[in-house]
Amino acid sequence: MADNRADTRVSMRTPLARVKGLGASGHGVEHWWLHRMTAVSNIPLIIAFVIIVAALAASPSYQEAIAIISHPLVAIILILAVISVTNHMRLGMQIVIEDYVHDKGLKIAAVIANNFYAVIIGVACLYAILKVSLGRILV
Amino acid sequence: MAQFTLPKNSQYTEGKAWPKPAGASNVQEFRIYRWNPDDGANPRIDTYYVDRDDCGPMVLDALLWIKNNVDSTLVFRRSCREGICGSCAMNIMGGNTLACTLGIDDCGSDTIKIYPLPHMPVLKDLVPDLTSFFAQHAAIEPWLQTQTAEPETEWRQTPEERSKLDGLYECILCACCTTSCPSYWWNGDRFLGPAALLQAYRWLIDSRDESTGERLDNLHDPFRLYRCHTIMNCANTCPKGLNPAKAIAEIKKMMIARAV
Repeated sequence: MADNRADTRVSMRTPLARVKGLGASGHGVEHWWLHRMTAVSNIPLIIAFVIIVAALAASPSYQEAIAIISHPLVAIILILAVISVTNHMRLGMQIVIEDYVHDKGLKIAAVIANNFYAVIIGVACLYAILKVSLGRILV
Repeated sequence: MAQFTLPKNSQYTEGKAWPKPAGASNVQEFRIYRWNPDDGANPRIDTYYVDRDDCGPMVLDALLWIKNNVDSTLVFRRSCREGICGSCAMNIMGGNTLACTLGIDDCGSDTIKIYPLPHMPVLKDLVPDLTSFFAQHAAIEPWLQTQTAEPETEWRQTPEERSKLDGLYECILCACCTTSCPSYWWNGDRFLGPAALLQAYRWLIDSRDESTGERLDNLHDPFRLYRCHTIMNCANTCPKGLNPAKAIAEIKKMMIARAV
């Protein structure tokens, strides 16, 4: 259904009907809360991530770099960082899209693309971490 | 996408420079937005000169002086001239405020620029169309809602409960805050805006009201409430010194309080 009630050229609805629109959707608090929670979890995880990347850059050999990521604590921190950051990115980008993209079709397409992008990036990162850290055991 | 430039028919042109008052020594220049819906022309910026020695101290006094002495076609809203009716809200020197409570000297400029409230449809000159703004206020149902049988006398509340309404009830609905909010500019059809949300909180926090849950239900929406990104223009611009951004943050806290 095309919601044209805001367009005064085609609709004679009252101002109150326009403002009430299709009603309150009954969600939004979860989005807001998860966005804040991931913002908090990002702080320690990003700090740990930077330290890990610095250690990798400083490692003298390929084998040593593999050994660092294979450490369970390092691998778990990296996995948590990927989950936290990609979720925060997805939630934040959706807000930006809702703010600035007003064409209905384009907005839906952008929100779908944003979700796909976050999942693809997240899964690719998780796959890489698991492949490197478990590779030694499975081979 | 969001509009970052004015539509073609909204781009203003240089307007008429009206003559300086004869024999005046203390003159203040005003540049004022003019638009007439009937002549089909783009908006223009007219230049006026006001004799400060013959005019009151406030910007509204200057507008009235212009209307009385220079150009009677200049259109603006005004009523109480003491900051309680909210009629003369306009954009003066880049900020939304009441013309009646802003001193000409406080503008601190040789040229005082006056435009209508931003990003609202203009009816004429400095008069914006506030239909949607008032409908948004009506949509939050700004009246006491109760189910309990009405008491013999008044609904009672403690002085502490009453004090929670301070900083909320003083709102005069001048629309300075709502029209200063970029989020309202981009999504004003779905975001209720700071003024309506401040009033929503005024009824949410009222100890006598029995519809708190239903009121929160009506705001629980990514657009109605959560378009507020704490930009804080509302709190900066409020001519009554209120803080709508804080009221909205309190609503968000209430949403969390009943969800977590």
